[in-house]
Amino acid sequence: MRKGIVRFSVNYVQILDENGKCSESTELTNEQVKEIYELMVLSRIFDEKSVKLQREGRLGTYPPVRGQEAAQVASAYALDKKDWMIPAFRENASMIVRGLPMEMLLQYWGGDERGQKIPADQNNLTFAIPVGTQPLHAVGIAWASKIMGDKIASLVYFGDGATSEGDTSEAMNFAGVFSLPLVFACMNNQWAISVPRKKQTAAETIAQKAIAFGFDGIQVDGNDVFAVYKATKDALEKARSGKGPTLIELFTYRMGDHTTADDASRYRKKSEIDEWLKKDPIERLRKYMESNKLWTKDYEEKLLVKSGKKVEDAIKKYESVPMEDPGKIFEYVYAGMTEKLENQQKSLERQDESKS
Amino acid sequence: MMLNMAQAINLALKQEMEKNKKVVLLGEDIGVDGGVFRVTEGLLERFGPNRVIDTPLAESAIIGTSIGMAIYGLKPVAEIQFDGFLYPALDQLISHAARIRNRSRGRFTCPLVVRIPCAGGIHAPEHHSESPETHIVHTPGLKAVMPSTPYDAKGLLTAAMRDPDPVVFFEPKKLYRSPKQEVPEKDYDIPIGKAGVTKEGGDVTLVSWGTMVHVCAEAAEKLKGKNIDAEIIDVRSLSPLDTETILNSVQKTGRAVIVHEAPRTLGLGAEIAATISEADILSLKAPVKRVTGFDIPMPLAKHENLYLPDAGRVSRAAEEVMKF
Repeated sequence: MRKGIVRFSVNYVQILDENGKCSESTELTNEQVKEIYELMVLSRIFDEKSVKLQREGRLGTYPPVRGQEAAQVASAYALDKKDWMIPAFRENASMIVRGLPMEMLLQYWGGDERGQKIPADQNNLTFAIPVGTQPLHAVGIAWASKIMGDKIASLVYFGDGATSEGDTSEAMNFAGVFSLPLVFACMNNQWAISVPRKKQTAAETIAQKAIAFGFDGIQVDGNDVFAVYKATKDALEKARSGKGPTLIELFTYRMGDHTTADDASRYRKKSEIDEWLKKDPIERLRKYMESNKLWTKDYEEKLLVKSGKKVEDAIKKYESVPMEDPGKIFEYVYAGMTEKLENQQKSLERQDESKS
Repeated sequence: MMLNMAQAINLALKQEMEKNKKVVLLGEDIGVDGGVFRVTEGLLERFGPNRVIDTPLAESAIIGTSIGMAIYGLKPVAEIQFDGFLYPALDQLISHAARIRNRSRGRFTCPLVVRIPCAGGIHAPEHHSESPETHIVHTPGLKAVMPSTPYDAKGLLTAAMRDPDPVVFFEPKKLYRSPKQEVPEKDYDIPIGKAGVTKEGGDVTLVSWGTMVHVCAEAAEKLKGKNIDAEIIDVRSLSPLDTETILNSVQKTGRAVIVHEAPRTLGLGAEIAATISEADILSLKAPVKRVTGFDIPMPLAKHENLYLPDAGRVSRAAEEVMKF
């Protein structure tokens, strides 16, 4: 005997098309729409400025967000304050939405650990640089919240490249088995440095990987703020109501280089970038707002000035922070310094004295 | 109560779980089966499936999710079923558990315990007899302990579960069912970072941990017959290392033989020997000697005894040191 025993399908969601036309209600008030737009604009200015700072030698290696503002901002915006957000490393815009001061982002990318001392009232984990390792931390956080009876949900970001890492599969497997309140938000920006999405997996979508782990996967137009918001909000509510995890594939595009140390022109065509330029998430939302009388040139000009000033203020703060006391590099390895570390700290001080 | 090491560990887990509701156990086969060495026997029945969790078979996930739990505020005690299966989880331990306090400047901490049955001598299959402690000790941000007696096992595990940092707790499997010892039922801990002097002596210091402490005791008996009075130090805490106790002993005896089961090159013995010579080379009457596993993959059961240091090798090394 031979018969089909499992069937599955994967949905794609788009609400706002490339021309700024909406196919269904947005579930957001006009005020919320403006707030999201303003956060996207702020993120882009921050992003452009950060790349410039790196070029000027005022910042270390930086991973640009450009092109992924809707995917980052609208998904982070859907979280409640008490929910946990577990980022990969490109989620600068998500961090801004969640309230991490921009000067701290600069501080981290400028090479100072203090930039990842997330404020105590923010449930954001630190950036994770080793690709695909953080979904497991998110599973642990969601699991602990469930065990402790806290009515919250968690959301973890990871890229298309991370789906090839074993840890990401292990994370989805555990989340499925224990039906954890977690949203897997895969930022499919089509490129893992120079390797295109098609070479990461033979699967037609990333979303369908969830099926194998026993929960739903959905592919979302990641440059459509409304679709990203709705899919995330629904998945978070499902998580909170005890119905387990969801994988959301945010189908987007990395307009910039992988990081400022990368040159994407070595491996991808300009024509591809030009195609995606037409799908720009900020442009698209602007068209919608304009046709719904939420946007004027005057509003835009004022917004650019206001956002630019916020970024400039953050840069000033970042550049005026005194260097961390050298001895501090020993002080956070353990809760208390071991004798060995105390000795090494002293030897560093002596070295400093002999230099001066 | 008279307990073997497996029972002492079980009691420590049970008592701490009663005291601290945030302690949760997770690992492969630790619940219904009580662990392949029965170390967690009876705990699922007592504390339920939210606190004693049988996980899918994935070591990296066991540690990675434990990190998330610890960050959130639980006290996970994860079991890696065998030493040889620790390696998939090393990335999570090294890249995250060990670093999160430092890289968040204290905002997040990772107070988890990883229990690992370790080392050889029980004729186990391939990959079931490893001594991977160097990987842990070499990683800043992790602590590592290895008891050699039921009493120390209970006290050290209790200390590990109360430690604010990640602690890897190595359990020498050959000692799980070794002779029982009087273990107090009452709550006590043995501070991490303190070695024990298990036998005093004036001629030569034998430094070891885990199963090898018992090999050293046997060697000391042999040496007694040759009028050599050995002092035995049970390092217990591999990281942080109690250099003071080791140096005090070597200053007294002037001679040291370091014994461990792990391969020699870059084993913890190298660090201890270097520490002794840096701190006080003039107190030495002879070069420090190491008796260790060879620099080969751990042989399978038929040849494992060739690899494992035994009392003969240790006592011969001590005699050579005495003759120098």
